[in-house]
Amino acid sequence: MTKYITVIGLEVHAELKTKSKAFCSCSTEFGGAPNTHICPVCLGMPGALPVLNEQVVEFAIRAGLALNCEIKFFNKFDRKNYFYPDLSKNYQISQFDKPICLAGHIDINVDGEEKRIGITRIHMEEDAGKLVHSGGSISTSDFSAVDYNRAGVPLIEIVSEPDMRSAEEARAYLENLKAILEYTDVCDCKMQEGSLRCDANISLMPEGATEFGTRAEVKNLNSFRALVRAIEYEVERQKEILEKGGQVVQETRTWDDANGKTLSMRSKEEAHDYRYFSEPDLVPVELDDAWVERIRAELPELPAERQARLMEEFGLSKYDASIIVASKAMAEYFDEAVKTAQDAKGVANWLLGDVSAYLNNAGITISEFKVTPAHLAELVNLTKEGVLSSKLAKKVFAEMLKEDRAPKALVKELGLEQVSDEDAIMKLVEETIAENPQSVADFKAGKERAIGFLVGQIMKKSKGKANPTMVQAMLKDKLQ
Amino acid sequence: MKLYELTAHELHDKLVSKELSSVELTNALYERIGEVEDKVNAYVTLDKENALAQAAKVDAKIAKGESISVLAGIPGGIKDNISTKGLRTTCSSKMLGNFIPIYDAHVIERLRADETIFLGKTNMDEFAMGSTTESSYFGITRNPWNLERVPGGSSGGSAAAIAAGEAIWTLGSDTGGSIRQPASFNGCVGIKPTYGRVSRYGCVAFASSLDQIGPITKDVTDAAIVLNSICGKDEKDATSLPVEVPDFTKALVQDVKGLRIGLPKEYFGEGIDPRVKEQVEKAVKKYEELGAEIVEVSLPHTEYAVITYYIIAPAEASANLARYDGVRYGYRNLEAKSAAEMVTLSRTEGFGAEVRRRIMLGTYVLSSGYYDAYYNKAMKVRTLIRRDFEEAFQKCDLLLTPTSPVVAYPIDGKMDPLSIYMLDVTTIPVNMAGLPGISIPCGFVDGLPVGMQLVGKVLDEATILRAAYTFEQATGYHKVFAPLGGKHND
Repeated sequence: MTKYITVIGLEVHAELKTKSKAFCSCSTEFGGAPNTHICPVCLGMPGALPVLNEQVVEFAIRAGLALNCEIKFFNKFDRKNYFYPDLSKNYQISQFDKPICLAGHIDINVDGEEKRIGITRIHMEEDAGKLVHSGGSISTSDFSAVDYNRAGVPLIEIVSEPDMRSAEEARAYLENLKAILEYTDVCDCKMQEGSLRCDANISLMPEGATEFGTRAEVKNLNSFRALVRAIEYEVERQKEILEKGGQVVQETRTWDDANGKTLSMRSKEEAHDYRYFSEPDLVPVELDDAWVERIRAELPELPAERQARLMEEFGLSKYDASIIVASKAMAEYFDEAVKTAQDAKGVANWLLGDVSAYLNNAGITISEFKVTPAHLAELVNLTKEGVLSSKLAKKVFAEMLKEDRAPKALVKELGLEQVSDEDAIMKLVEETIAENPQSVADFKAGKERAIGFLVGQIMKKSKGKANPTMVQAMLKDKLQ
Repeated sequence: MKLYELTAHELHDKLVSKELSSVELTNALYERIGEVEDKVNAYVTLDKENALAQAAKVDAKIAKGESISVLAGIPGGIKDNISTKGLRTTCSSKMLGNFIPIYDAHVIERLRADETIFLGKTNMDEFAMGSTTESSYFGITRNPWNLERVPGGSSGGSAAAIAAGEAIWTLGSDTGGSIRQPASFNGCVGIKPTYGRVSRYGCVAFASSLDQIGPITKDVTDAAIVLNSICGKDEKDATSLPVEVPDFTKALVQDVKGLRIGLPKEYFGEGIDPRVKEQVEKAVKKYEELGAEIVEVSLPHTEYAVITYYIIAPAEASANLARYDGVRYGYRNLEAKSAAEMVTLSRTEGFGAEVRRRIMLGTYVLSSGYYDAYYNKAMKVRTLIRRDFEEAFQKCDLLLTPTSPVVAYPIDGKMDPLSIYMLDVTTIPVNMAGLPGISIPCGFVDGLPVGMQLVGKVLDEATILRAAYTFEQATGYHKVFAPLGGKHND
């Protein structure tokens, strides 16, 4: 049977975090009452004109530099013409033939394998408004209303090369891209709010083929999970067609998340002719070296650099470091905690273990996590100092989740301090030896395992508070 | 002399000397409108109540001895494609028949700051597409010099209002000649400033790279006065130029000695009515007598101007007019069963034939597969046309041409659209190059006014104003009033 290679390219729309819209002074804030962030310009009133918000260019340059792009100095805008009720002018101001950024890349790592994914271009454009249907969808509604709050919010569209070969690679690319956009503070990357949106171009080609197969473009991928599922679905759908000797139709499809499938939206023949032409209401924007270099100098530490630093400075494994840096908030939490923690690896272990498990269960992000980095660091230190066993530390952590309090205070309140007092432990050791002559005899006869039983007894006597390392050492010492 | 026959600067003196109040003047204008409007139909909407209230404010100010601007208290008319907050702005289209803007155009803000009076909104070709004002949804405007003739267009209402004494000054807009040609047909002064001199914010876009607002007045002095009020950089229009605006009235000196006036030979050749040519040549002689130096120049790409314009302007219009879809404002078909059908029917029913024709034309030339052959090529020719002017201006300080190859023609529908398009050959190249151009009266043919056009270098309105003023003062065609004669067939 023919083996197929999956070819994937992503188009990502990222809403820029500017305070005001791309071409007017309306607020870009998400979630206002419908049609409260609007004016004659973003409503497309007769006679209103756009004026470029230079912050948009600034943010696009910053994203481009962080994504290793070449920045183009001559910039102009174009009109992309199509009719849709959420598009107030029935054309979108975008960049067509002269995008601001070209030829960038992102490095990804899937199953330990490094791979470079090319970025074809990044261009600036404006967002459309939002339709609110009285029924479930446009076709089943008696009427639809339009909210233009989002109309004119600036976007960058980041188009990748068709370099990805699996859903996992696509996911890794999107994760890295999201991290970079967060680090550079150009986008808040909330996929559920639509501030980061992704379309995927997916095609299959037989192994050994030199030309790509016909692609389908899948829209409406609003989560990482949707991206992965949609790609997996498309691969199966297209494979089935090809195996039956059929041909994949070039078309735009939409992801139906509820039913887990992609549905045809429009074919190539029905595709829009956008009739692009230069936007005559705006003048070209010429960048200069000083502007670009200033932004380059101001670039923050990016995920890859941060990962290298965490590995070098704190001895974290590549895997641990990569997971911590994937989220800017997680990385910042880590950096904050290690300021006072005596054991950076301990902090990493907590973050990747119990903290992540808790966040996943609670369905929240680390930004909403109520335990402060300082308190987590204190907890790590208490373990490191031998005040808490790891078991007791988990108990304290569970208390901290209920209410963020200093672990030291909690330990005292709950009477959980580990006993590291030699005399106290010696007393327990002696008692236990006296009470368990059989086990002592077994150990002396060479049964190493017997010591485990004795340690367990001592710990039990101490209600788990005795320092297990000391117990082990002192017990052995006494028996020999 | 009737009050409506006076100019803004004459009336200003009367207001300041308290010989006349602005309320009296405004009432006199409305009275005149009442007398002649059924014949002329220069206005789409009148706003008497607000106009009189504004006049009373100015009168109060004068009474208190406060100083006022030259335009304060002087009643004018605004072309109905310029956004006026709270006052219906229709673009003479069914599409915007009930549209009341929520904001003022930049020029309106400036004129309000000067405390001028807005009598109402003047009639025009629908969305400024046309040269006759016949495509208005609100009926045709008639030429006060002969009511059986067109007033020109698209600012036909603004020009006819001046000629009929229905306004002291008006604003028009000019995309391919829409101020200058009606000014010429109505014996008025009309100036299209340099592209970017006046903010387009609030001027309902037809072709964004060509549109420019300008005044239509009885004489050159009033034109300079209105220009002073409306010109200047506006942060809301990215294409408005960040340059200083001179006091244009300072350019009004009677002196053309040594001024080099270029006559582009292409504008005096085939297609021009010989009687119009004769009048314009008489004007050239006059300039010679006044001491100007006449040089012949060539603008070799003139013959491609009209065809190029009818690619670029409709292309931009096809996008500019896309927003009229019945969703947010304007005409909406209420029977449609889907959103898509609502948009299609609203547009089909809301736009007139000429507007639909140009939208289709523009959509076609931008379509994939045709873009390079039409739009892209037209943009290249536009550059050549611009260069023609740059070269001509190496040899002269300004150009002199007929404003239109003809005088006002009959309202009889005998002209086909293409022939009408071709008549814009004298005005279109000036928009394509973004240059300032003025039309002033320079004679008559069969009792109908002939206009001559003076074209200046970029941002050099001063030179054409000076030349126009000198000619006007030496002749006096601007002092002849329209007879409102001819048969009125309505």
